[in-house]
Amino acid sequence: MTRLLARPELGSVVGMVAIFVFFFAIADPFRQATSMGTVLYVSSTIGIMAVPVALLMIGGEFDLSAGVNVTASALTASMLSYQLSLNVWVGVVASLLFALGVGFLNGFLVTTTGIPSFLVTLGTFLMLQGANIAVTKQVSGQVATDNISDMDGFDTAKAIFASSFDVGSVTIRATVLWWLLFVAVGTWVLLRTRPGNWIFAVGGNVDSARAVGVPVRQTKIALFMGVGFCAWFMGMHRLFAFSTVQSGEGVGNEFIYIIAAVIGGCLLTGGYGSAIGAAFGALIFGMTNQGIVYAGWDADWFKFFLGVMLLFATVLNMWVRRLAVRR
Amino acid sequence: MPLIEMTGVGKRYGTIVALHDVSLRVNAGQITCVLGDNGAGKSTLIKIMSGLHQHDEGELLVDGEPARFGSPRAALDRGIATVYQDLAVVALMPVWRNFFLGSELTRGFGPLRRLDIDAMRRTTRDELARMGIHLGDVEQPIGQLSGGERQCVAIARAIHFGARVLILDEPTAALGVKQSGVVLKYVAAARDAGLGVVFITHNPHHAYLVGDHFVLLNRGRMRLDRRRDEISLDDLTREMAGGDELTALTHELQRT
Ligand SMILES: Nc1ncnc2c1ncn2[C@@H]1O[C@H](COP(=O)(O)OP(=O)(O)O)[C@@H](O)[C@H]1O
Ligand SMILES: [Mg+2]
Repeated sequence: MTRLLARPELGSVVGMVAIFVFFFAIADPFRQATSMGTVLYVSSTIGIMAVPVALLMIGGEFDLSAGVNVTASALTASMLSYQLSLNVWVGVVASLLFALGVGFLNGFLVTTTGIPSFLVTLGTFLMLQGANIAVTKQVSGQVATDNISDMDGFDTAKAIFASSFDVGSVTIRATVLWWLLFVAVGTWVLLRTRPGNWIFAVGGNVDSARAVGVPVRQTKIALFMGVGFCAWFMGMHRLFAFSTVQSGEGVGNEFIYIIAAVIGGCLLTGGYGSAIGAAFGALIFGMTNQGIVYAGWDADWFKFFLGVMLLFATVLNMWVRRLAVRR
Repeated sequence: MPLIEMTGVGKRYGTIVALHDVSLRVNAGQITCVLGDNGAGKSTLIKIMSGLHQHDEGELLVDGEPARFGSPRAALDRGIATVYQDLAVVALMPVWRNFFLGSELTRGFGPLRRLDIDAMRRTTRDELARMGIHLGDVEQPIGQLSGGERQCVAIARAIHFGARVLILDEPTAALGVKQSGVVLKYVAAARDAGLGVVFITHNPHHAYLVGDHFVLLNRGRMRLDRRRDEISLDDLTREMAGGDELTALTHELQRT
């Protein structure tokens, strides 16, 4: 029983059920199976990022540049392919290197300087936010990129990053499957591999980890690069789903990712949390986001609800952990 | 040949001289006690042996060869394990994950290489049982154990991973009388297992219970260096408390 209570996901499971029951009861369209497809899609767009963000938090760090890095990756791929008339896959690969590079830079600066990641990534966040818009304006003469839908390689890329299929009347977007895969990989790494053990250790007590020979620096840099990788993936999804990218997008999403991870049981101080919990956190986000639309409420209530969920989940998580650690 | 021999070692942090001209030997099957007040340089001394810091002066010999450790891993690879004052465990992680942290057992290859959780749980339970610690559940967060138990887990861990030298930084400082006793028993057990032990403490009574050799540091300098047969507990306590200064203080405080 204590073991079950000590699971980091507990708070998010309770919250998830509560939100589901609530909107199921009050919003007619929420009960339709087709709505579930939309809810899952919206959840997956947050959930894919929430996985590496949760791992990073467990490792004791934040990444405020995660949201704009999604946009930066999409912009890189789009503008590079379009301006040089290349196969879009060239842009896809180049933007992967770019996104991983941003992650590496964050990790390198944090581990080299010892400056808190909150500040380092605030710096890269501002840099990317500014560069996204400035470079886009410079290159395409507007704040969005040109449509790339008739370029070589677009169809294959869309099939991978932004396709969908029907199960009965429900449309399932490919990102939902990718999300499941990422959660599974994240959970595997965290609980079943050596680096997973190191992630908990560097977040829980970095001095102890170093003293017993854990490669602290590599672990942290790899975590930041994991965020970069998923930011690239989401960037590719946005690019191939819409064929064009708004350069101002993504700002503020970094907090949604962090909120999903925290609702899912990640400790702000590091050393504790789970990838599955972050998935539940993302699902809570998706259900609330769509539930409010289905209930016919003003969309502005969404943030209010998210805030309530965040407070509720953190208080519950704290209480549960005290219960579990008490001897 | 001593396992570790330090001669004339010095270390400064910027302008602060933390250690100056300190010499020390660690022999297999013996306990070398390093005593001293807060700020005397005890932690600095062992951090040089364990690879967290490097010395600026003098020599560090391991098995008779000059050594300079760039990282704790390098020291561990030479069989030098350290249990830190601030309890080198990650409180929220299960006991078995702490036990194997940094030296995890795995099975399978490539992407399927995974933790051998059963083997690690079993080994942790067995190794602790051998030291007389019977945990019902090695899955519980190590933070739930008492301070003494945590020290013992850390010591058991060092022995299991083949340490030849065990360095303990004030293992009894935060403990009550009874728990200190338990820890001292494991310190002695490690010595009997043939390890060279460096035991840091500012408690001369604890030191004298198990020590073979005593080194007293004062503001980074060696103030005393004696074998057990060369000094009594009373003298050690007196030296520790400041020697002549204490005598003066006694007179000063004496009611007339
Ligand atoms: N990382 C450090 N940077 C600067 N000064 C330090 C550092 N570690 C220790 N010192 C200083 O070196 C001296 C010795 O400290 P320490 O070795 O921790 O002593 P002890 O363990 O005997 O209490 C103290 O004056 C302390 O302030
Ligand atoms: Mg100390």
